[in-house]
Amino acid sequence: MIEHLDLTMVNWARAQFALTALYHWIFVPLTLGITWIIAYYHSIYYKTGNEEWKRLTRFWMRLFAVNFAIGVATGIILEFEFGTNWSNYSWMVGDIFGAPLAIEGLFAFFIEATFFAVMFFGWDRVSRRFHLFSTWMVAVGTNLSAVWILVANAWMQHPVGQQFNPDKARFEMTNFKEVVFSPVSVSKFTHTTSSSMVLAAMFIISISSWYLLKGRHQVMARRSIVVASVFAFLASVFVIFTGDQSAYAVAQKQPMKLAACEGLCRGEEGAELIAFGIFNGDKKIGDDNKPCVFKVGIPKVLSFLANRSFKSFVPGVKDMVFGNPAQGVMGAGEKIAMGKKALAALADYKAKSRAGDDVGAEAALAIFEANQKYLGYGYLEKPEDAAPPIALSFYSFHFMVILGTLFPLVALAFLVFAWRDTLADHKWLLRLGTIMFFLSMIAHWLGWIVAEVGRQPWAIQDLLPVTVARSNLTAGTVQTTFFLFLALFTILLIAEVGIMLKQIAIGPEEG
Amino acid sequence: MPARTRSHSWFIRTIRFYRDGLRSMTLGRSLWLVIAIKLVIIFGILKFFFFPDFLGTRFNTEQERADFVLEQLTQPPSSSHSGGAQDD
Repeated sequence: MIEHLDLTMVNWARAQFALTALYHWIFVPLTLGITWIIAYYHSIYYKTGNEEWKRLTRFWMRLFAVNFAIGVATGIILEFEFGTNWSNYSWMVGDIFGAPLAIEGLFAFFIEATFFAVMFFGWDRVSRRFHLFSTWMVAVGTNLSAVWILVANAWMQHPVGQQFNPDKARFEMTNFKEVVFSPVSVSKFTHTTSSSMVLAAMFIISISSWYLLKGRHQVMARRSIVVASVFAFLASVFVIFTGDQSAYAVAQKQPMKLAACEGLCRGEEGAELIAFGIFNGDKKIGDDNKPCVFKVGIPKVLSFLANRSFKSFVPGVKDMVFGNPAQGVMGAGEKIAMGKKALAALADYKAKSRAGDDVGAEAALAIFEANQKYLGYGYLEKPEDAAPPIALSFYSFHFMVILGTLFPLVALAFLVFAWRDTLADHKWLLRLGTIMFFLSMIAHWLGWIVAEVGRQPWAIQDLLPVTVARSNLTAGTVQTTFFLFLALFTILLIAEVGIMLKQIAIGPEEG
Repeated sequence: MPARTRSHSWFIRTIRFYRDGLRSMTLGRSLWLVIAIKLVIIFGILKFFFFPDFLGTRFNTEQERADFVLEQLTQPPSSSHSGGAQDD
């Protein structure tokens, strides 16, 4: 079968997946984070019996319901895309992803069918204690159901607990615990859920700030801000900690991604962390141009973040592309040679198995197993292909970090002025507060761009590049659905924003 | 009260809980409408017309699918930026 790989198809399929995922991710973090804050508001009402807290809780529940209704099932489209656009990948990971995604589906269904209903319908219909319990269970359940999709994503970044079955062309799970508790998986879950809490708290701060600027629902807005700013501050400090854990995991398991995010083209001992910089657009891998035309660096900090040692060597993109024997870094060229051996052995194994040559098949399998660690490199044409888009990774990472540093400061300012009851005197802060939700959303999106663009060219790290993961389709087919989605998502987003703005304009029910 | 009557009563109460909750919805009615329209579009149109299961619709057995993917892995398409149709 002689075919021509349509790179345009791959790029359209990637663009479509990115569009769907970014759209889906408008709703998910708000759902994950706001349920905790609503549960806390509900707890205050439960403890005080103050009707104002009940109105407040019901108001934020209403906005949560709008977000949930518009967002629900948008993730299913991603699964459709797997089956249609990424069928090779979908087939190969079916055994790994089947269990986590099935658990997520079942878990989400039962949580939604039981505790969601009690949370929304339970006012004065069930005991106050059970009602509060249900609200907390919604928070616990939605966050736990997110575990599984994050585990699946983490496995693509760090494919552990698996064995490739050459007869079925499938990665088969050999160790469930290893898959669920891999360092990438744990840091991804903690970083995602804590940053979702920041986003949800900023959502509340944004709307409440707007109310205060307009002089409406002031008691509710101030109370909402007090709790939300505590959540935002604690969660954003925790995000810095989980971000560090995540970066450490990336440094250990995906060093190329770390190097791209930091614009570290040539590895060094005592590497500096670039706090801010402008990437040199003329920079090519391996040339002598400086990676940044301007930068503000913090000496030795990158080495510490990557290896917990200020003096340690952090490999750069060039080291990993062309190799650095002095530092024990294998180059992509060597890995490509091993990958090609693995692919040739796999083809040989298949041919000999079909011919009934068991001895020959066993010998081919042994060669495959010795080289399969770098299977995906066998599809790369040149060592430079192993590097991700550096400028996009660099800017996404740095703007995410800058925003992540801003959040605890803004949250702290809100907390202090709310505590002193002087928020109304600080109009600049309230104006800043109204845009904090959007800045948080941008930080989330940038985080996903770092995670997904930074690991290119891989669909599964080192094992399967995106160019082989795709289906054998034409670009036109994917283009059609891309624009269809763009239209659908735009309509849905307009619907959400419309309903949400209407509910915000109505405000909490009058007591 | 006999156990059967108790469980019957619990079941009725649950049904009533959901029924009364659904009836008392105001904003919820609009949201359910949005969800229903969305599910019809996603499953009735997108899935049906635009997102067939590539391997599921072309092959009948798991082994055929495995063989096809293995072939794709071991004889990957040659790289080109053509953007034209595939030789199927």
